[in-house]
Amino acid sequence: MKRILRGAAIPILILLLWEAGSRAGLLPMDTVSRPSHVAAALVGALADGSILRATWQTVEAALLGFAIAAAAGVLVGVILGLSPLLERTVGPSIEALRPVPAVALTPLTLLLFGFGLRMEAAVVAFACVWPVLLVTVAAVRGIEPRLLEVAQALRLSFPSRLRKIILPAAIGRVVVGLRVALGISLIVAVTVEIVMNPRGLGYGMIVASQSLKPELMYAQLLWLGFLGWGLNALLTRALGRWHGAFGPGMQP
Amino acid sequence: MKRLLRASGATLFAGALLLLWQALADRQFISPVFFPPPSRTLGELWHQVAQGQIWAPLAATGYRMFCGWALASLAGVAVGAAIGFSRAAREVLEPLLEFMRPLPASAVVPVAILFLGFSNAMTVAVIAFGAVWPVLLGSLHGFASIEPQLADVAAALRLSRAQAFVKIAVPNALPDILAGARVGLAISLILAVVTEMQASQTGLGQNILLAQRSFRGPELYAGVVTLGIVGFAINHAIMLLERRLLRWRGAPA
Repeated sequence: MKRILRGAAIPILILLLWEAGSRAGLLPMDTVSRPSHVAAALVGALADGSILRATWQTVEAALLGFAIAAAAGVLVGVILGLSPLLERTVGPSIEALRPVPAVALTPLTLLLFGFGLRMEAAVVAFACVWPVLLVTVAAVRGIEPRLLEVAQALRLSFPSRLRKIILPAAIGRVVVGLRVALGISLIVAVTVEIVMNPRGLGYGMIVASQSLKPELMYAQLLWLGFLGWGLNALLTRALGRWHGAFGPGMQP
Repeated sequence: MKRLLRASGATLFAGALLLLWQALADRQFISPVFFPPPSRTLGELWHQVAQGQIWAPLAATGYRMFCGWALASLAGVAVGAAIGFSRAAREVLEPLLEFMRPLPASAVVPVAILFLGFSNAMTVAVIAFGAVWPVLLGSLHGFASIEPQLADVAAALRLSRAQAFVKIAVPNALPDILAGARVGLAISLILAVVTEMQASQTGLGQNILLAQRSFRGPELYAGVVTLGIVGFAINHAIMLLERRLLRWRGAPA
C-alpha cells in the first residue's frame, strides 16, 4: 500500500499542478487542456461507446495481424530450426527483410488492399513475424537431440513428430517471442492508424487533435496508456503462471 | 570452400526470390502500378542514386533520426543512472515509467503537433520520446545490478563515490546501455518515417507517401528498399561500435 502511494505521488502532483495552473489561466487551454476536462471527455467517450468501438477496431487489427504472424512465424521457424542447411540458405534473405521499418509498408499495403482492416493487419503481421520466427528457430534448434532421435526411432510421421515432440519441447521459449510480438502488434496498429488508416484509436486521436478537442485527444491517449499497461500486465502474469505450471525446467 | 558453398546457397535463394517476384509481376495478376517488378524497382533506385536525388531526403531523415536518438540516449542514460543508483528515486518513479513505457510512441504525435506544430522540433521530440525507453531501462538495469563484490572492492580500495561511479558503475552498465541504444536507434528510424508521413517533412518517409499518392509504384518500392538498407546499415554500425567498446569483456558471456 505504501509503495503504491509512493508511486502515485508524482503523477498526482503533476495532475494537481496541471489543474491549478490551468484554472489560474497560466496554461493555454487549446493545447494543454485541463485534467478535469480530460476526465469528463473520457467518461463521455466511454458512455457513448465511441472509444470502445475505436478500441475494438484497433484491437481487431492487432490480433488479426498477430495471429497471421504467429502462425507463419512458428511454421517457418520450426522448418528452419530443424534444417540447418535450409536456415543458412534462407537466413540472409530474412536478415535483409527484417530491418525494413514496418510503417514504411503502409503506403504499399494501401495500394494492395485499400483502407481498412486488411492493410492494417498486413503491416502488423510484417512487424510481428520477426520476433516469433527468430525465437522459434532458436527454440527448435535448442531441443535435446536425443528427443528427435527417439522420434526417428519411433518412426513418427512429421505431423505427429511436430505435435508430440517438437512443439511441446520448444513452446516454453516460443511463448516469449509471442509475448514480444503481441506487445508490438498494438503499437503498430495504432501507428498505422495515425499515419493513414481512418479507423481505430490512432485515427480518433488525430481527428480530436485536428478538430481542436485536446481534452478528447488526451483522454484517448490516457485510455491507450491503460490499454498497453493492462495488456503488458496480463501477459506478464499469464507468462508467470505458464512457467509455474511447467516448472523451472521449461524456462528459456 | 564450404563457406563459399554456403554463401552461394544463400545467394541462390535470394536470387530465386527476386526471380519469383519478377515472374509474378510480369504476369500482371496485380497491376504493375501496385506491384512493379524488381527490375523496375531496382532500376528506379539506381536512377535515384545516379541522379543524386536520393541524398537530400536520406540526409534529412538520417539527421532527424540521429538528433532524436542522441537526445534520447543522453536523457535515458542520465535518468536511468539517477534512478538506478538511488532506491528512493526508483520507488517514486518506477510506476510512472511503467505506465508510459508501453505507450505507442506514435500516439504522442498528435500531442506533439499540438505543441510544436509541423516542425523539425516536433519530429525530434517524438523520436526522442520513443527511443528513450530502451536506453533508460537498460541504463537503469545496468546501474542497479552492480555485483556486491564489486561494491566491496570499491570500499576496500577507498574509492570516492565519483571514482566508484566511473570505474565500476559505468563499465558495468555499458553493455546494457549499448543494447538499449541499438534498440533505440531502430525505433528512431521507424519514428522518423512516421513523423515525416504525418507532418509532411521532407525525407524518405514523405517520399514513399508521395509516391503512393501519385501511384508511382517503382518509386514507392525503391523507397522501401532504401529504408531497409538504412535499417540494416545502422544496426550493423552500432553492433561494430558495441564490439569495439566492449572489447575488454573478451568473449560475450
